Amino acid sequence: MPAKSDAGGTPVGMLSKVMLVAWLVPGGGHLLLKRSLRGAILMGTIVLMFVLGLLMRGVMFHPQRADLLTTVITYGGFLGDLANGVLYILAFIFGYTDKVVDVAGHVHDYGTKFLVAAGLLNILAMIDAFEIAKGKKD
Amino acid sequence: MTLGLTHFEAALLFALFASVVLGVVTKKTDRERLRYGIRCFVYFMVALFAIGWLMWLGHR
Repeated sequence: MPAKSDAGGTPVGMLSKVMLVAWLVPGGGHLLLKRSLRGAILMGTIVLMFVLGLLMRGVMFHPQRADLLTTVITYGGFLGDLANGVLYILAFIFGYTDKVVDVAGHVHDYGTKFLVAAGLLNILAMIDAFEIAKGKKD
Repeated sequence: MTLGLTHFEAALLFALFASVVLGVVTKKTDRERLRYGIRCFVYFMVALFAIGWLMWLGHR
């Protein structure tokens, strides 16, 4: 029996694998698809941004249900943090997510934004890897 | 250890990282990617200075 494929003819298993690797390892999807230079640039940039966010003692979001604005910010921030893949998982394992609390100061504030933005940039990298895997892009 | 950066340094780094990724994931050729990345960085810088001056004027 032939492997399941989407409308573009790419095996669904391959697409899932690319997406999973692209989420877990920033730039990993591109490396898997033999786009080594672009993968290395994405990996370097996103990892550096995440590490700088940690060094700035940025806060990681915990999803909270409260008023609409708080719910949107905390759930959105949590998803952004989670999009960092293995970087977020390691930070969670080593207790960073609970250890660092929100304090006043522009450096901490920028750190929080760096952590979330690194995740959002990884989502862009995932979408790019998906499009390459589907043959929509070079 | 906590990294100490000014507002400008942090915003500059943010603009640089975002521009690099936006450049890499969009467009089709390397030349177009480089140009788009530089253009994004310039837009970030223009917005940074414009909003910075606007806030300065607003606080006078």
